[in-house]
Order: sequence, then structure tokens, then C-alpha cells
Amino acid sequence: MSQDIHARIKSEIESNDVVLFMKGTPEAPQCGFSLQVTQILNHLGVPYKAINVLADGAIREGIKSYSNWPTIPQLYVKSEFIGGCDITREMFQSGELTELLDKEGVPHS
Amino acid sequence: MPMPAHEIERLIKEALPDATVELTALANDNDHWSATVISETFRGMSRVRQHQLVNAAFGDRLGTELHALALTTRTP
Repeated sequence: MSQDIHARIKSEIESNDVVLFMKGTPEAPQCGFSLQVTQILNHLGVPYKAINVLADGAIREGIKSYSNWPTIPQLYVKSEFIGGCDITREMFQSGELTELLDKEGVPHS
Repeated sequence: MPMPAHEIERLIKEALPDATVELTALANDNDHWSATVISETFRGMSRVRQHQLVNAAFGDRLGTELHALALTTRTP
């Protein structure tokens, strides 16, 4: 069961450069932390795939065990788990997030 | 059941003996804490790995006894 979910998650993060597991959608985030990460990604002008965990209970639980990380949002770049809201914000503010996108060859503005 | 500051600090230092731990109360309820943890152990690790190390110090008490811990990690 959880292996199926992990396989689905793996396939999502491998087929998209940037994936955000969030509560709600980029148009209508349902949580302030998810909202903050969408704002950072929009600001950087980086295309990303958003997955609404509130629409899929299996993904909502599965993503936590996949990453060994207890909370949502979760940001992935090139299949690598980057962090939740705090880490993403810290890396954005220090410029590390832009560096990472450049290093990984992910287009942004 | 909240977790007092000295217990949070003790658990972190048990896992990371060289760590400097600064705790700030986010609300005065002994239940919502912000922690800055500075340790040489973190060098070369991704932030996710650093946070996972600290979280692991609490085991399953994180999310139950310790309701919320906003974490900042760095090297000395």
C-alpha cells in the first residue's frame, strides 16, 4: 500500500523539475505555510507542479513517510527534497535557492 | 502535556553533545518553541538532514508532548 504511494510520489518528482506538495492549490492555498512557498516560487519565476495533498489522503500521509518529514508543504527540486516552509524561506533569503536552481539547470526568471 | 525548555535542551544535547541551543517561547504556554541549534555535526549536511537529526532527538514525543518546534540549524 505505502509502497504504491511511494512509487507514485517518486514518479511525480522524477517527471517534473520542481514539485511542491501543498495544502490547497497555487490559486487558493489552504495554509499560510503553503502560501509562502508558492509566493517564493512565483517570485523566482520558476515553473512547478503543485500537488494538493488535501485532495488525496494517501499522498498526504505517504509524502511524510517518503521524505521522513512530518509536515507539509514539501518542496522537491530534481527529485531531491529541499525542505518545508522555513528551510525554503531561509534558502530564498540567502540566495541559496537561486544558486541551487542554476546549478540544477532549472529555468527561472 | 507540554515540554519544558530544560527538557528540550537536554534531549537535543543528548543527541548532539557539542550543540549550542537557544530557545525562544513563541507563546507563553511551554508548548510552542523556536530553537536555534548550532553544531559542528551539521557541517556538510543539507538543511533537511540537519533538521531530521534534531527532530530525531525527540522521537515520537515531537508532535505529541512537544507540540511545535520552529527550527533553525547552523554550523559554528
